[in-house]
Amino acid sequence: MTTLAVLEQRDGVLRKISHEVVTAAQRLGDGVEAVVCAAGAVQGAGQAGKYGADKIVTLTNPAFAKYAPEACAQVLADRAKQGGYRTIVFAASATGKDLAPRVAAKLGVAVAADLTDLAVDGGDVVVTRPVYAGKALLKVKVSSQPAVLSLRPNVFTPVERPKAGAAETVAVTVPAGRVVVREIKAAPAGTLDVAEAQVIISGGRGLREPANFKVLEELARAFGGQAAVGASRAVVDAGWRAHADQVGQTGKTVSPSLYIAVGISGAIQHLAGMRTSKVIVAINKDKDAPIFKVADYGVVGDLFEIVPKLTEEIRKLHG
Amino acid sequence: MKIAVCIKRVPDSETRVKIAADGKSLDEAGVKFVLNPYDEFAVEEALRRKEKAGAGEVAIICLGPAAAQETIRTALAMGADRGVLLQTDRIPADAFETAKVIAAELKSTSWDLILFGRMAIDDYNTQVGSLVAELLGLPCVTAVSHLDIDGTKGVAEREIEGGIEVVDFPLPAVLTADKGLNEPRYPALKGIMAAKKKPLEVKPVQPGAGSLEVVALTPPPDRKAGKIVGEGAGAVGELVRLLREEAKVL
Repeated sequence: MTTLAVLEQRDGVLRKISHEVVTAAQRLGDGVEAVVCAAGAVQGAGQAGKYGADKIVTLTNPAFAKYAPEACAQVLADRAKQGGYRTIVFAASATGKDLAPRVAAKLGVAVAADLTDLAVDGGDVVVTRPVYAGKALLKVKVSSQPAVLSLRPNVFTPVERPKAGAAETVAVTVPAGRVVVREIKAAPAGTLDVAEAQVIISGGRGLREPANFKVLEELARAFGGQAAVGASRAVVDAGWRAHADQVGQTGKTVSPSLYIAVGISGAIQHLAGMRTSKVIVAINKDKDAPIFKVADYGVVGDLFEIVPKLTEEIRKLHG
Repeated sequence: MKIAVCIKRVPDSETRVKIAADGKSLDEAGVKFVLNPYDEFAVEEALRRKEKAGAGEVAIICLGPAAAQETIRTALAMGADRGVLLQTDRIPADAFETAKVIAAELKSTSWDLILFGRMAIDDYNTQVGSLVAELLGLPCVTAVSHLDIDGTKGVAEREIEGGIEVVDFPLPAVLTADKGLNEPRYPALKGIMAAKKKPLEVKPVQPGAGSLEVVALTPPPDRKAGKIVGEGAGAVGELVRLLREEAKVL
């Protein structure tokens, strides 16, 4: 049996989340065939071998220079039908969330989506998925052939388990797509998405006004490109921050190594989105704020004094 | 413009989750149910498109229990024209089974647009819209946060990590709505009264069980009790030391 691990590239460079996909795929105990759709050779694709891929297949077509949802779905479904794969694993990234259901539907199955744990039990794949924004965990037995899974980003820490990683390139023909990505408007350089950042510094109403988010942006910069600035629903709804930055049940569910909640009281819908963070720090002037109940470390007081001091300390470490 | 909006009845985001006696589902006692927040964006977008076109129909389709009639009425109160409840007491864990039932209902009409919320905030499946699109053979754009339509040509924007994808697509199409697409209206009293008289058809359905079987629903592991490091900027030194030496995240 083989697991098909679907990697991601952008602009011909393998995305780091691909390592998480291979790491999770090899946990199923079957051989791992990594596959990536690209316009040509993918820089970094060889690394999939380091994380446990027996084989790395690059499916090439000029249409894959940008994400081509319909063509990708078609070639992956075709491969899945030929291959006798027990499991197909995607990342539940922006692309994976779009692509996995398209492939699954072509195979006549559902996606076990956004999972945080997986195992094989009696021949079936058993997965754990946070539901109700992480307020509960749903354990699901997936008996479809194949099982189609997508993995929550930042949960499956890449582990090096070197395998052969034999490279193969296959030029594929694809149908003309109806849905065509015309362009990608890049976010300002250095902006990291909250769903993928290792460190998130989130602000809430305690920031008092939108311009004050600059104190959080400075702290984020002190982490040298690893940190993103997040926001509570209250400040997104007030128009202070973009929805892309919102952490919570109606925003993004995140699992960074370090989550720093600044001026956020900790409404249940916010806690739901960040409680799986590895370490939580809360900075709030109200010592009774619910955020302190989930925080590993709390500092009570004026964020406008505490955060700049913290920025200074972090700069020293990263300087 | 003929637009279908597929919606779901979900527990309010402030719900404290209690597990039912079967250990596999939510204890619904005392839970307030609402129209899924992402579906509100879909309903709003449909209403705006119809208003802009000056003619057309917005139909609400919902798979759910009898009580979901109330959820459909919320969408009708916002301004949708009619509703269809595909009634079942059991929404399958297998989203493909859900999609099959919804696609079967949609198939009989030629829609210009079929809208969904990008995900439901209860089961987080994030796929029913895409699956329905595949079943109907229609183009699909997911997580749309900005939309322009000119005749049968659409341009959508969707958020990706570190940027925004600008996507061209032809109509008819299936789109799933993200927050940011619009600002949903609140139903006015007049709309609420009018909604009571709008047609709401109830069709019993029996979705298949599919191949995803719920084994258990459990509370998430408790986080270990944390500590207050101290007060004010003077506590930052100790905080950094703990993050380095104890938590080892710096």
